Order: sequence, then C-alpha cells, then structure tokens
Amino acid sequence: MIHTAYGDAGRLFVIIAFVSALVATFAYFKSVISSTRLDEVPVWKRFARGAFFIHAAAVAGVVFCLYWIIGNHYFEYHYAWDNSSLSLPTGFVISSFWQDQEGSFLLWIFWNVVLGLVLIVTNRSWEGPVMAIFALVQAFLASMILGVVIPGLDLKIGSTPFLLLREAMPDIQIWQTNPNFIPKDGNGLNPLLQNYWMVIHPPTLFLGFATTLIPFSFAMAGLWTKQVKEWIRPALPWALLSAMILGVGILMGAYWAYETLNFGGYWNWDPVENTSFVPWLVLVASIHTMIIGRRNATALKTSFILAIATFVMILYSTFMTRSGVLGNESVHSFTDLGLSGQLLIYLMTFVVLAVGLLIARWKLLPSDNEEVSSYSPEFWIFIGATLLCLAGFQILATTSIPVYNAIAESFGKILNLALPTNPIAHYNKFQIWFFALITLLTGIGQFFWWKRTGEGRLGTLYPPLLITLILSAVFITLGEVRTISYIVLLTAATFAVVANGTILLNILRGNYKLSGGAVTHIGVALMLIGILFSSGYTRVISLNNSGLMISRSEEFTKNDNKENKENVTLWLNRPEQMGQYMLTWRDVRVEPRHIPEYIPKSWVEIIENDFHAVALRDIVVKDKTYYKTGDTLEIYPENFYYEIEYRAPSGKVFTLFPRAQINPRMGLISSPDIQRKYDKDLYTYVSMVTNPNEEGKWSATEEFTVAMKDTFFVNDYVAILDNVVRTDKVDGLPLRENDAAVKAIIRVLDSEKEYIIDPSFVIRDRTVGRKAAVSDELGLRIQFREINPQTGQFTFAVNTKQRDFIVMKAIEKPLINVLWLGTFVLVIGFMMATVRRFRDFSKNQRREMASPKKQKIRTPQFNADSV
Amino acid sequence: MKKIHIFGIGVIAIAIAIIVSTAGDASTYVNFSQAEELALNGNNGSIHVVGKLKKDAAGQIQEMAYKPELDPNYFEFTLLDNNQREQKVVYRSPKPQDFDKSEQVVVIGRMEKDHFEAEKILLKCPSKYNNEKLETTEYQAAQL
Repeated sequence: MIHTAYGDAGRLFVIIAFVSALVATFAYFKSVISSTRLDEVPVWKRFARGAFFIHAAAVAGVVFCLYWIIGNHYFEYHYAWDNSSLSLPTGFVISSFWQDQEGSFLLWIFWNVVLGLVLIVTNRSWEGPVMAIFALVQAFLASMILGVVIPGLDLKIGSTPFLLLREAMPDIQIWQTNPNFIPKDGNGLNPLLQNYWMVIHPPTLFLGFATTLIPFSFAMAGLWTKQVKEWIRPALPWALLSAMILGVGILMGAYWAYETLNFGGYWNWDPVENTSFVPWLVLVASIHTMIIGRRNATALKTSFILAIATFVMILYSTFMTRSGVLGNESVHSFTDLGLSGQLLIYLMTFVVLAVGLLIARWKLLPSDNEEVSSYSPEFWIFIGATLLCLAGFQILATTSIPVYNAIAESFGKILNLALPTNPIAHYNKFQIWFFALITLLTGIGQFFWWKRTGEGRLGTLYPPLLITLILSAVFITLGEVRTISYIVLLTAATFAVVANGTILLNILRGNYKLSGGAVTHIGVALMLIGILFSSGYTRVISLNNSGLMISRSEEFTKNDNKENKENVTLWLNRPEQMGQYMLTWRDVRVEPRHIPEYIPKSWVEIIENDFHAVALRDIVVKDKTYYKTGDTLEIYPENFYYEIEYRAPSGKVFTLFPRAQINPRMGLISSPDIQRKYDKDLYTYVSMVTNPNEEGKWSATEEFTVAMKDTFFVNDYVAILDNVVRTDKVDGLPLRENDAAVKAIIRVLDSEKEYIIDPSFVIRDRTVGRKAAVSDELGLRIQFREINPQTGQFTFAVNTKQRDFIVMKAIEKPLINVLWLGTFVLVIGFMMATVRRFRDFSKNQRREMASPKKQKIRTPQFNADSV
Repeated sequence: MKKIHIFGIGVIAIAIAIIVSTAGDASTYVNFSQAEELALNGNNGSIHVVGKLKKDAAGQIQEMAYKPELDPNYFEFTLLDNNQREQKVVYRSPKPQDFDKSEQVVVIGRMEKDHFEAEKILLKCPSKYNNEKLETTEYQAAQL
C-alpha cells in the first residue's frame, strides 16, 4: 500500500511555508517603511510575527513528513528509496535525510527558522527590518523545494523531496504492469557517508551557513533604518558565533575527509571545500572591522561591505555546489536539479538589494576627518582584515574557473579552462605569505590594542620578539625546516603564540572575560603550525624497494629515479620490510554490528544482498561467546578490514585495520586507519585488494600421482607428500560410526616458510567424500582423489590461482595533533568572545529599555529628501 | 597621496598579481592531438584530456595493464579522446579501483614521446547513490 498521505501533507506544508514566508516578508516590510501610520506599526508587526510562526510550524511539518518517510522506509518515495535502505542503523537514517539536495535545503530552512525565532524573542527593537530580510530568504529557500510546475510555461520551480518513485522515474516498465509497485529495499547510503561525522557535520555546517544571515540582516537593517552605527552591537556576537560554528563545520568536514577518504590529508582544495572556506575568511575579516567600526568610519563602511560580502559568498557557494556548474571539477558537488536559474535569481536578488541599499545610503555614512595613524590599533587591525579578504579572493578567483567557462559559453565563446593541475602549489604560492603576515598581525594588533604600543612605545614589542627569535630558532633546528616560506610561517606563528600569550597573561590578571581574542589567535597560530608540519613534512614510509622491474626498456630505466614507488604489495602472511617496520598482512575481517571488535571473515558466511551473516563457528571475542555456530548475526556487509601488523624495531607490535568497502556499483572504496601518537599520526590505507566477495579464478585441474615422501611441483612450489594419516575430524562433515577418513599431510615449501595442506578422503557406505584443502597464502587447492592400494600411490587434483595480496600505502603525519589542539583553542576563544559581546549587547539593551528617552519605538521618519 | 590611497594601490596590485597567477596556473581541456602540439612547442604545463576507455563489442576494456605483483605503482591503459584518437596513458600509481566501471575519464598531466603521463585521474562513474548522476572521483599519483 502506498502511503500517499505523508507526501501530500509534506507538499502542502512546503506550500504553506512558502506562502507564509512571503506574507511575513510583506508584513515586516510594512512595519518598517515610513509610509505606514505609526499606530498601525504594532499591528503589522504582530501580524508578521504570526505569519512567521505559521511558517515555522509548516517547516516543522515538512521536516517531520520527510523524516517519517525515510525513517519508516516508505520506498514508494524516491527520496527514501534513493538515499536509504533497510540495513541502515538509526544514526545513518538521519544522515540520509540530508544526503541529497532537497534534504540539505530543508536543513538550512530549519536552522533559519530556529534562528529567526531566537531573534524575535531576544531582540524586539530590531525585529521589523531584520525579520523582513529573514523571511525573504526563507521564501527563496522554500521555493527551492516547492517542486511546482507552472502549467503552460513548462517552468519548474524547485525540486520536491516528496516525489513518488513512479513520478520520479515514469519511464520504467514496471508501472504499466504494476502501478502500485514498491521496491523491497532502497539504494542505501553511500558507504563513505556512513560515518558519525556525516551525522553531525552537515547540520553544523548548515547552521554556520544560516548564522551568516544574521550579521547581514543587521547590516541591512542598519542601512534601511539609518542606524548606521547601532547595528554593530547586536550583530557582533552573532558574527562571532557564526564564525565559530561555520569554522567548526568546515573543520569537521576536514576531519571526516582525513578519517574516511584516502587522499592522505584533510584539505584537498576541492572547489566545494573552498567555497565554504572563503565566506569564513570574509566573515572573520568583518568581525575585525566591526570591532573597530564604532570608532573608525573607514572600518564602518568596510563592515557593511564585508557583512554583505559574507552572505553573498554563501549564496555564491550555494550556487556553485548546487547548479552543476562545477560538473567535472569537484568530488562533492550535487547534481544539477535544473535549479541553476532559480539559484541565480536568488543570488542576484540579494546582490542587487544589498548593493543598491548601500549605494543609496553611502552619503549618510560618516567619514574620518583625519588620516588614521600608523601607530593606532585600528590601522593594524584594518590591514589584517584586508589580508584575510585577499586570501579569500585568491581562493575564490581560482575556484571560479568553471564559472568563467559557463559565462564565456553564454556569450558563445569556448574557454576550456580547467583548474590548476597542482592546486597545492598554486594556492600555497599566496596563502603561505598571506597567513604568515596575518599571524604576525594577530600579535601586533593585540599589542597595539591592549598594550597601548604606539609612537615612542614600540619597546613593548621587544620582549616577545626576542623570545620568538630564540624559540623559532630552536623549532627550525629541531624540525629540520629548510624551506624559506616554511621558516617564515613558523616564525610568524611562534610570534603569534608568544605575543598573544603575553597579552593573555596580562588580561588574566585583570578580567579574563576580555581574553577571547588572544585565545582565538593562539588557536589560529597553533593550527598553522600543525598544518605546516603535517602537510609540509608528510613522509611516505611504504616506499617500494622490492626491486622488481616491470621492463628493462629505456623508458623505465631512465625514469627510475623519477618514478614514485609509494605503494607496496603485501602477500597474505608474508612479512615485508617497510622503512623501519616489518609489515604483515594477516587477515580480512568483517564488522559485526553488536560486537565491539572486528572478526575474521572466515568465521562467517555473508548472506548476499542482505546485512546478515551465518556464523560458521562459535564467535568468541575476549572470552565472551556472542553467537553459536549456525546463528545469524547482523553485520555491515560492505565493510572489510585488512588486518595489518606493524612490528617496530623495538619489537613492539601494533595492528591497523584499514577499511575497504566493496559494493557492486561503486567498486572499492578505501578508507584509512590511523595510529595516533602524541607527536605524529601513522596513516595507512589499502589502494587495491583482491575482492573478498569473489572466489578467485581457479586454474584447470592438474593431477599428480605420487608415492609417500615423493616431491612434486605445484604453482612453482615444491610439495612433499609427508604422510597419510587416519583422522576422526573433517571440517564441515560430521563423521559417523562406520565412516573411515584419512588425511594427506602435504608440506609445501615457500622461500621463507613451510605450509601444511591437508586434504581429506572419507569413505562412507561405499561412497567417497573428498574434502579439498585450500591455502590462500599459496593460492593452492588440493583435493585427495584416489588411493591405490596396489601401487601404494596417491592421486591429488591441484588447482592454482592468484595468491591473495593487497597494495597499501603508509604515511607519517608529524604534529597533526597540534592542528586539532589549535582548533579546540580557537573554538574556546570564539566562545569567550561571543559571550562577552552578547553580555555587552544585552546590558546595552536593558539600558535602552530603562531610559525611554533613548528608546527607539520605531525608526525615524523616512523622508524623500534624505535619499 | 593619502595613506588610504597608497593602501588601495597596494591592494589592487596584489589583486592583479592574484588574477595573473590564476590565469597562468589554470590548465586547459584539450584533445591528444593538441596535447602533442603543445609538447612539441616545448610547452610542458599540465593539461586535462577528457576521454573514454577503449572497449570491445562485449564491453571489455582493451589494452589495459596493471600487475601489482610486479609493480603496484605502474598502470597503463588506452584512452580515446573526443576525436576518437587513441593514446597510451601511463599512471605511476595503483590502478584506481572503480576504473573499470567508469563512463568517462579525465586524465591530467603532460604528453611524453609515446605516451601521456598522467599525474591525476578523474573518473566519472555511474553512481549507485544517484541514479541519474555520474559521480566524480579523483586519484592522484604521488610526487616524490
């Protein structure tokens, strides 16, 4: 039975959400503009608020419907079928909610509603203009998931998540025979996304995106109602909170990439990563200009520009990721849902509105009477903000290459430009120097700000400079840093830690609540040190020195010094020396759902196209029996773990389990396993495995007839028939009273060790059972065919196959923990700063409320002559 | 000359430098014939070539070799560019796992005498997770 009710309800809620957002926009707008009669203002406001509450309820309804559809596995809906499956545990069911575009738009809409409600409650005096902007954004976002086709025009507005499968894929044959067909199971979630980070990273990131709207709305409100300075006080805590959340969201994505993808790092300069980072840089710059904006007119003007730019960058980023313009260039971008026109209108509307309003009000903005002195803190902070913007601009200029192509195409030209082939070198060319200067300025700026360093007082900077030079000399020597740009960056970061640390100590003696800035700066500097060492001094330890040559042709010999040999082949159970470690690939393991450890794959039989397996033996982990032979257990069917044993020269042994996920449509996806030490990470992943789901191809059968102690050659190995003995146990074949069973003991000699292969021969009521024995290490299967009592000879059937191997890579990443530590410190600093500025705002608000003279019941009259 | 003017000129200068460097580092999409021409003219910047794998009637990939037991860091295959020109491509890293399933391959690198030396491979595979969509995955050869 098809549950149409939820989809219909969902669509209705989307329409209600869209309409109520438009109504709220209009009503809030009416409450602000001066043509509205004074006594009608509160009426409009109340009405607008009501419309926004209805909008909030409708959005909650949409979220509920979609979640209900996914959570209950209603696979008649395309969204549930496409993004989830029966085997998903609850946590990942939640992440399949935002796997696709519509769901992630919905997440964004949801956060905006939450923030809107918070603003209505906390900030009555700014409610009108701020919420007008909010509601307008909501109308645009809701239109993205409308999925309405305007009849006659053939114009599609939005893409709804509530499509039934038969509406989404009408061309499939099945609908003609069975219009009520419901698939048994869904497509499932991309295994790479089945990760706890993917449960929390998207909501955090979208909350970060959503919060950037708040400083923008306040800036717009300030221009609109001509309170060109007053908007900063309420906007600043939100800007700080937004920078914190967006920053954490981006870093969660980086950490997920580090743990899950196997490019060996946390930042790939992928266009989608970049477009989330650029708004963050601009946002941080805008925080700095806002801090000095009330004192300095240039900074105030800049604050408007940057608050607008931050939000516009978010919209641009949305356009880039969702319009399909990135097409070939990004591994993360969404598919084109045909919304690019709509996204473009959304982007351009706010660009035109914001820039138009800014130009209209530019004359109202104050100007500085005199030049700012180079000894003032404002000067240095302003330079820092400028550098942040330039850093953002460089990333943006390159990331937009696909957009240039699209623009040229619309003018009938073909550009064929592609992103730089070596993005790391390209971006670092500028970013290293920008960030070296920025980190220097974090120290200098703080000194000018707190220490009153200035003309004739430059001496205050000497002690930290001296300490920095000594410390960085030590670091450079110990870390063997030889590259000039790294030396500069390291010195700058050291200075930032020392200078901000000095400031921190001084403030701590006074009022620790003011130290958010210093703490944040220390966090940034630590992150840079971590990034510098972990990326700049990554060491590959899996260098291939097997010395095997593929070919002696000139091409190889001449390039031999250039050829990279960074991956090694490991054969099952054969130790291989790699750098200082002796490596052995021991086994393949699978992941049971209710046992805290991985178990050997040979213990279970995986049921195909399902998430269960049958235990082939009692499953005992750490002396606890979880399952008995023949029990069915739940597993993660796509996950295989490769047990790789590392033996350090000290004799210490540890094991890593890099993961390979195998599924029929995507081939193999490999994720690393990481051994974390305090000073470095050892990062290992498999780049190739023999498919654990497929038995390899066995060669044609070869027969050998040998006598006891005879030697014969199988698969290039020497084999010796040592003995044939009576046995009372044959694997997988319970023996009865009258059965006779013998086992051949065949010793196979490999270069380093000997293996025993023991096929069995069972006689039961004149029929013969022949249980073959297999050695995966040798790629051999031997079956005991015949016993000839006359000649005393035995016949064996031998098949051979490719021996099991994996290709793996191991990397050392020094000091990466400093990066995560820095992140942590950064977050704490942002929190302190947010709390401080929020207190400042609420104190001020209470003061305004208490003295009605100053209180602005409504905005000043809007006169035609002032424009 | 006020300070703000000097400052503005500085910012504009840096912005221009950024744009110039972006233009200089940007790669281009070409076909193998153009790639060859570029290499002959001594232009050895990296380029992108879009192509498809050479397959026989049964859909089996032709002329592809990867022998990890000999050298896990050597993979060669043949790519047909959009003008159907065949070209041997060498990629000195393990063979990307979903290579056999790819619909479209973008190789990034430079033309050598008799082959194309790929530093990076982008694959477009039919994705299990979005049925009307091709998914891009990126592989990069290591650089010592």
